[in-house]
Amino acid sequence: MTTARTQRFAFGCIWLAAVFTLAVLALVVGLIMVRGLPSLSIGFLTGTPENLGRDGGIFPTIVGTIVLGLVSLLIATPLGIGSAIYLTEYTHESLLTRAIRFGTESLAGVPSIIFGLFGFIFFVTYLQMGWSILAGGLTLALMVLPTIIRTTEEAIRTVPQSYRNVSYSLGATRWQMVTTAVLPSALPGIITGIILAFGRAVSETAAVIFTAGTALNLPKSVFSPVRTMAVHFYILAVEGISLEKAYATGAVLIVTVLIINVIASSLITRLVRKQVRR
Amino acid sequence: MHIRTRRLLSIAAVRGPRGRCWRSLLFLALLPLLLAACGQSDSAGLTVTGSTSVAPFAEHLAELYQHAHAGTAINIQSLGSSAGIQAAIDGVAEIGMSSRELKPEEADKLDELVIARDALAVIVHPANPVSKLSLKQVQDIFSGSVRSWSALGGPEQPIDLVIREAGSGTAGAFDELIMKGKAITITALRQGSNGAIRQVVAENPNAIGYISLGIVDNTVKALAINNVAPSVAHVEAGTYTFVRPFLFVWRKGHTFSPLAKQYIDYVMSAEGQQELQNLGLVKGPASP
Amino acid sequence: MKERSISFILLITAFGALVALGLITYFIFQAGVPLIAKVGLWQFLAGSTWNPTAKPPAFGILPMIVGSLWLTFGSLVIGVPLGLAVAIFMVELAPAWLAVVMRPAIQLLAGIPSVIYGFIGLTLLAPVIRATLGGPGLSVLTGAIILGFMILPTIIAISEDAIRAVPIAVREGAVALGSSHWQVITGVLLPTARSGIIAGIILGMGRALGETMAVIMMIGNSLAIPVSPLQPATTLTSNIGLEMAYASGQHREALFATGVVLFVFIMILNALATTFVRRPGTSRRSA
Repeated sequence: MTTARTQRFAFGCIWLAAVFTLAVLALVVGLIMVRGLPSLSIGFLTGTPENLGRDGGIFPTIVGTIVLGLVSLLIATPLGIGSAIYLTEYTHESLLTRAIRFGTESLAGVPSIIFGLFGFIFFVTYLQMGWSILAGGLTLALMVLPTIIRTTEEAIRTVPQSYRNVSYSLGATRWQMVTTAVLPSALPGIITGIILAFGRAVSETAAVIFTAGTALNLPKSVFSPVRTMAVHFYILAVEGISLEKAYATGAVLIVTVLIINVIASSLITRLVRKQVRR
Repeated sequence: MHIRTRRLLSIAAVRGPRGRCWRSLLFLALLPLLLAACGQSDSAGLTVTGSTSVAPFAEHLAELYQHAHAGTAINIQSLGSSAGIQAAIDGVAEIGMSSRELKPEEADKLDELVIARDALAVIVHPANPVSKLSLKQVQDIFSGSVRSWSALGGPEQPIDLVIREAGSGTAGAFDELIMKGKAITITALRQGSNGAIRQVVAENPNAIGYISLGIVDNTVKALAINNVAPSVAHVEAGTYTFVRPFLFVWRKGHTFSPLAKQYIDYVMSAEGQQELQNLGLVKGPASP
Repeated sequence: MKERSISFILLITAFGALVALGLITYFIFQAGVPLIAKVGLWQFLAGSTWNPTAKPPAFGILPMIVGSLWLTFGSLVIGVPLGLAVAIFMVELAPAWLAVVMRPAIQLLAGIPSVIYGFIGLTLLAPVIRATLGGPGLSVLTGAIILGFMILPTIIAISEDAIRAVPIAVREGAVALGSSHWQVITGVLLPTARSGIIAGIILGMGRALGETMAVIMMIGNSLAIPVSPLQPATTLTSNIGLEMAYASGQHREALFATGVVLFVFIMILNALATTFVRRPGTSRRSA
């Protein structure tokens, strides 16, 4: 084959692969939406499940998802941001930072089922929290911690050195410099990280099922067990309780993930534009 | 996937200093402590944990009970018989649910109450022409010595076995009552609940599995064994003998919370028992 | 004084991830290692019978190890060529508008909950595979195809970064020598970005190895060692997820021990990925 023909063939294959990938994505999203949207209604979103979820709505699972996500963020955000500030502003590369980075990278790679096992044995059993929002939230917090640390670190690193210099020259202490010069500039990046972490918490199943439980009731306190939308979807689908409700729940899940993604990427795009204009 | 975000951020994050958002971040740091402090005093209701076989029935009764008594919270967790037994022993849950008899070492620590009995049904796809088997045939199928439906009067298709995983109450009951100790072949597909087995069998014309009679519906076909169809009547008459207890268990000497007491009373009341029978369970304790 | 206490507090938060990793390691190991010690490491890893509730019980996880390898390898067969092609497409071939659309789309692919992929595999793909290729449908092949798509975003994102990070001078040199576009890609871009791409593949492997709920739904979970992709199998993760609920005593310890093995596998993969990422020239941080 000539060079030109090889190239045409190779590029053809690559185009095909790209189109195929997008088609599969469209198929997955489309299928769930097409089968799920017809049974979506306000009543479905605000109603309580009846008959194990065969009838009624999914309101408690929506609440469960949001509350669990928020609790995990409440724990992971301060830890993650503090950790990132320390790594970027308070220390130089050393054995210590390398150890901390190793911890973060490794934690990011730990499979969710391991988090589930750990959360079950540590939070649920050892610390006697039972299956609860607290146990699930803490487990998820550890899971999303690396995401928050890494995005925050990355966002802080992009703040120009000149900001720091100006701040110091005005007599600021290190902490004043961090809070007045670094964090405000890095805030959009930090928020994006938090949103992405929330997305991860929303779509998690394996770690949640062993730590937050599967109870279908509205939670009353952080010691109540909850069922998240993803877990509800799993149970509806695998147990064959109701395919119709499973699709509807799946549609809500996908829309939620979609919204989270859109917010995150529009946040970034807007800021990029602002930057370009500058 | 924040790797890409990161690159964009590297441009985006360069902005002038603005606001003092860090204060809200600090506040966020304190919130979990506050939350934990508030939560302590608040009762989270009754937790009933255990068998995935019992859970649907317990959940149904809990729904009815909560409808009648607004403001009560009964949380049913379907995590498995052993998890339920363990949770009851550890005190993580007030009531555990089990679909198998307690082992001696468990019975030492727990009190039990038979809330109902449940028959095991062997199920196939509705399109499967086979509608009855002898006990011997069932054993041969699940032990792997009969591998094609043609040997049983069905089509020339392989048999896909669907069973429960080790440790499950249903699996234990099936091994004991039907296999009578014969080993099940390792090629069998395993599923994590009765509902999941029903779902797989309903989708696969070559499949055969076992589930609780209470959740058999029209998506699958329950087979007669030794010419006796699985039904509540046959169980009560003592002719269909593949039956196991559904148990509530709790720590010996445990004093029930008022809600736990009321829920158990409701389950055992004439109304509760009638509900369970409507769903296909059989009144306990064992009569035959 | 205030500065010092702040610095101290920040140091403590910085240890958060490390402490978490330590706690996880400690608790998983202390729950699982005693059983490995009792059974014997070799018996545990190479034993082909898993029957945790029999008397006497058998704790051999070879079927799960083989199942995990099959599934991980299978998902790479699907995910790597496709992921690399899409990465090349987005950097080199896609019209600007398409690249702009694809980025969030691929991100969405990563954000879709894994149980939804599992559901698609269970209800859509498995019946097709049973009808066309035979077997019970719930099989290694079904799992590998769907998992291949699940690890795509990881492979795409990291490969794309690595390809983009190739210095322009390197590319221009090749063009100046009269190479065609395709020759530049295969002769210069991919070799230069190689270690970044490998890191992406390893991280994708980690994701495939660690996925649980979707795998439980698709793979059939039988305990026989699979010899064909049309057969069902059990993986390390799916067995934990499937049996954990009902496990007690030694059985539960054995599942934690399975977790230990999985954890060690993942740590090895992480370490490999990190060494590849840290290589100069294709560092992700330089992107």
